[in-house]
Amino acid sequence: MLARRYTYRLIGLLVLLVFAAFFFVPILWLVLAPTKTDYQLVHESPFAFGSFNTFGHTFSKVINYQGQLMLTWLKNSAIYSVGGTALALAAAIPAGYGLALTQFIGRRALLGITLVVMIMPATALVLPLFLEASAVHLIGTVWSVILPFGFFPFGVYLAYIYFSSTIPKDLLAAARIDGCGEWAVFRHVALPLARPIVALVAFFAFVADWNNYYLPFVMTYTNSQYPVTIGLQILIGSAPIFSPTASGYAASEIYRPDLAMATLIAILPILIIFLFAQRTLVKGMLAGATKG
Amino acid sequence: MTGPASTTAVPPVRYPPVEGVRARRARREPGSSRTAGYFFVGLYVVLLLALGIAPAVYAIALALSTPGGIGVAHFVNTFNFFEFAPAFEHIVEFEAIWLVSQTVFVVMLALMVHPLVRHVSTVFRFIFYLPGAMAGAASAIVWLFMFTPSGSPWAFILHAFNYQVLSNTVALGNLPMIFAIMAFFTGAGGWIVIMYGALNNIPQELIEAADIDGANAFQTAFRIKLPLIRKWVVYMLVLSFAAGSQLFVEPQILGVATNGEISPQWSPNQLAYSLAFQFDRFNDAAAVSVDLLVIGLIVAVLLVWRGRLFEVD
Repeated sequence: MLARRYTYRLIGLLVLLVFAAFFFVPILWLVLAPTKTDYQLVHESPFAFGSFNTFGHTFSKVINYQGQLMLTWLKNSAIYSVGGTALALAAAIPAGYGLALTQFIGRRALLGITLVVMIMPATALVLPLFLEASAVHLIGTVWSVILPFGFFPFGVYLAYIYFSSTIPKDLLAAARIDGCGEWAVFRHVALPLARPIVALVAFFAFVADWNNYYLPFVMTYTNSQYPVTIGLQILIGSAPIFSPTASGYAASEIYRPDLAMATLIAILPILIIFLFAQRTLVKGMLAGATKG
Repeated sequence: MTGPASTTAVPPVRYPPVEGVRARRARREPGSSRTAGYFFVGLYVVLLLALGIAPAVYAIALALSTPGGIGVAHFVNTFNFFEFAPAFEHIVEFEAIWLVSQTVFVVMLALMVHPLVRHVSTVFRFIFYLPGAMAGAASAIVWLFMFTPSGSPWAFILHAFNYQVLSNTVALGNLPMIFAIMAFFTGAGGWIVIMYGALNNIPQELIEAADIDGANAFQTAFRIKLPLIRKWVVYMLVLSFAAGSQLFVEPQILGVATNGEISPQWSPNQLAYSLAFQFDRFNDAAAVSVDLLVIGLIVAVLLVWRGRLFEVD
């Protein structure tokens, strides 16, 4: 009986390790790949470490590719994501508060619509959004990306759950009796208590915006406007190994370690946030679950 | 839906009492004025109307407007387009593989990680979760390398299937599987964390009672824990289904990387994009968008109103 139990445990642990390898190996590979030359990457063990020298060389090659395009893409990603997140917060936090703690006609309907659009993937709306943006001459401007990013119903739902479950209505009533106006109640009583949810909505919005590909793909059309997600696709397109027609500029050719480096740079901001915000994040992902 | 039991934990209100207390409002417990409500949701409602409702209505209008008035001609057009049926078949196949494997593995891994010692379980959850940072283009590129037999850490598996070069691995028949692997890689960890949290909410007494009654680990997992996290499994399925129907970036990147071996109209969303920007058939593109929108909407409405998964008061 005991032996059988140990066998089961061992099998369980093995299964967990196999899955851990599935999730972790690609990341490990990605970190190691830019330390190697293209030749080493193909001919040496995938887990071999090249040299810091090569890493530095690859880094500067990727950064300096075509007049530091990478930096432009990163800057664009930052502008779109920070702008989109700021707008999402400005809209979602007060809206969550309003839905949870104030009464007005249409409140339940608004809540219902919010849930529906939250689940409905935004991608289906990208083409009509393009036509809309084009009608008001926003295509190619930062607003064509930032405004749709700012519409973040999931953030509204998270804020709604937070405000309705953690802030006692009595407290707000007390503040009103003390003479606080509605805005002051929100600004000086509710908002200071809502820091965790502000951080959480900011996190989700920022990650979603940074990783978004389709919306800027449709809304922007020059290198000077592309975010880094589209930049990565351009780099693949200029890597002769994947696109034989792309060769021609030997010095600026993109090789596999360069692509890996570019990918690593592109995900670095999110990776750092993931590493440092894990606790907040896990708590937040459970925001709904803990209420169940 | 109750808040903390007492309000003592909350910092004192900073404003001193003023003359002329608003007695009327104070009596209207617990509410505030309606105008205030509108004010707080104002910006969001503007964004919702402009960026959620308006484009949806616009897409429907475009899809239905034909030279002869209102009609379904564009839907028929796209339906007869030679890439239409394959695109939807691809998505169905991809969703089937992805949803089944994700459901099985996420539930299995969450149940396996849950009883582990806290630190060990934290490490596993974090490893599962980390790839979430590279959703989209980055994951597509990394997996491009993973699927290239020369230099891939998984070369031994690829060689076992007799794949020698990337184009062997990404053969057309393999694509749904490949995109399912990519989607599982970036998405599963987040769901495992959610399931884990849901498992943590199960009262300890319940598990202990099962133990006392002689249930073994399997029985506890499948008979006690699994039924209690069922609604989260449904939630995951539905959200994943809706998101999966919108597949775009992965086939797009793989298409570029294989130099056009993969059709640029592989998924319905790619088809909509091509119709709009390659063929200049915006009305037809809108029709495909509406198809996708309707799929998403049906699922969303079902979940919200029938599934009772969400707290609305």
